[in-house]
Amino acid sequence: MPADRHAHDHGPGADHVHPVNFDPTAAEPDRHRAEPSAGRAFRLGIGGPVGSGKTALTAALCRALGAELRLAVVTNDIYTTEDADFLRRAGVLAPDRIEAVRTGCCPHTAIRDDITANLDAVDQLEQRFPGLELVIIESGGDNLTAVFSRGLVDAQIFVVDVAGGDKVPRKGGPGVTTADLLVINKVDLAELVGADMAVMVADAHRMRGALPVITQSLTRTPDAPEVADWVRGRVARVAA
Amino acid sequence: MTDPPSPAALILADSRFPGGGHVHSGGLEQAVSQGLVSGLDDLAGFLAGRLRTAGRLAAVFAAAAAHAAARRVRPAHWVALDAELDARTPTPAQRAASRAQGRGTARAALVAWPSPVLADLLAVTPRPHHAVLVGAVHGSTGGNAGQAALTTAYLAVSGPASAAVRLLGLDPFAVNAVLARLGPALTELAAEAARTAADRPADLPAPSSPALDLLAEAHDRHHQQEVRLFAS
Repeated sequence: MPADRHAHDHGPGADHVHPVNFDPTAAEPDRHRAEPSAGRAFRLGIGGPVGSGKTALTAALCRALGAELRLAVVTNDIYTTEDADFLRRAGVLAPDRIEAVRTGCCPHTAIRDDITANLDAVDQLEQRFPGLELVIIESGGDNLTAVFSRGLVDAQIFVVDVAGGDKVPRKGGPGVTTADLLVINKVDLAELVGADMAVMVADAHRMRGALPVITQSLTRTPDAPEVADWVRGRVARVAA
Repeated sequence: MTDPPSPAALILADSRFPGGGHVHSGGLEQAVSQGLVSGLDDLAGFLAGRLRTAGRLAAVFAAAAAHAAARRVRPAHWVALDAELDARTPTPAQRAASRAQGRGTARAALVAWPSPVLADLLAVTPRPHHAVLVGAVHGSTGGNAGQAALTTAYLAVSGPASAAVRLLGLDPFAVNAVLARLGPALTELAAEAARTAADRPADLPAPSSPALDLLAEAHDRHHQQEVRLFAS
């Protein structure tokens, strides 16, 4: 929601803020069109447990795809400010192309059961940047059962990491079994944490059937080339 | 209110209704961070006060909107209700929170209960106030003004109560009992709101809650400086 702009737009010399802003011009106009337009950006969800590397992957995709696709990002989380700030500091995307959503302590609710806040954020980005081609919606870190609603995203990536234990794919859950792409992150750490990559990848394929699995290390390949290629393919498939 | 509640009333009052309500705490998060609410007794006081101020205002406008929807008023009437509720909601943060929930509820309502009345309302106020939209859905689906008032008054306290469970780890059974004890007040307030449902928009009651205004603005300011978990 728009902030109390008034308090931040004082002229020079104003060093106070009002406890309450009663400025009638700060009333929010109806910014939203009544009817959504026919064409819209491709919406990609990125979900997965806390610390698995969702934000790092989002930043990598911005770097890899930013020059060829008009894109924007929605971050979700109790640590929403943290993640949005991380992306802004990474300098991979203009700050006004990042919207942060607060989820009321329930990240999975905001991407699955009640997608309103995220749809609003996507709407705002699409209005601010007409002709957007890709909106990445990064979920707050959650458990293995948290998947995006098909009402919110066109495709979703579930990110797990080697340091979280090589048993994670075997545990399954909707994220691992149904996401359009499973990314196993931080493979460079496998040796350090005693994770057996062969077992992890075999488990992932066994749980997912024909659905794709990509292993990667953003330390070794900071631009996530394989995942970026997969995203290109999905966006092109819709555009065609 | 001798009629049984309409199914739409139950759906709209359900915390699982996908209208974006779960990200709002109605000032509770800010009250917690300022140390004003830390336990069950504080919460009971907060909710009782919220019900009689913000809750009553929402109930009054929901009842009026239900009455208007049942009569298929002209678009100008929706504009007037919107402007009058704006005038009774002094802080931008609260107006933004109300419109965000109104828009979210509208998105769900257009799929569940499409109607000419809803189309009229959204044509002139695409981002309506929550209470007006909830009232209009009641009125256009056969519900009456009292039911609309009861639903919105309940939502004015059930959202913050749920936020308190999440933020303070309070016993959910005890919090639920606090809500249940507000039952008689809810019933009385809804009946009272129904009595003014046919009034001209400008003549509707204007209960105010300066403390909630202050909390809403403080919340909005703090979320830009540090982490806040709720949108309001």
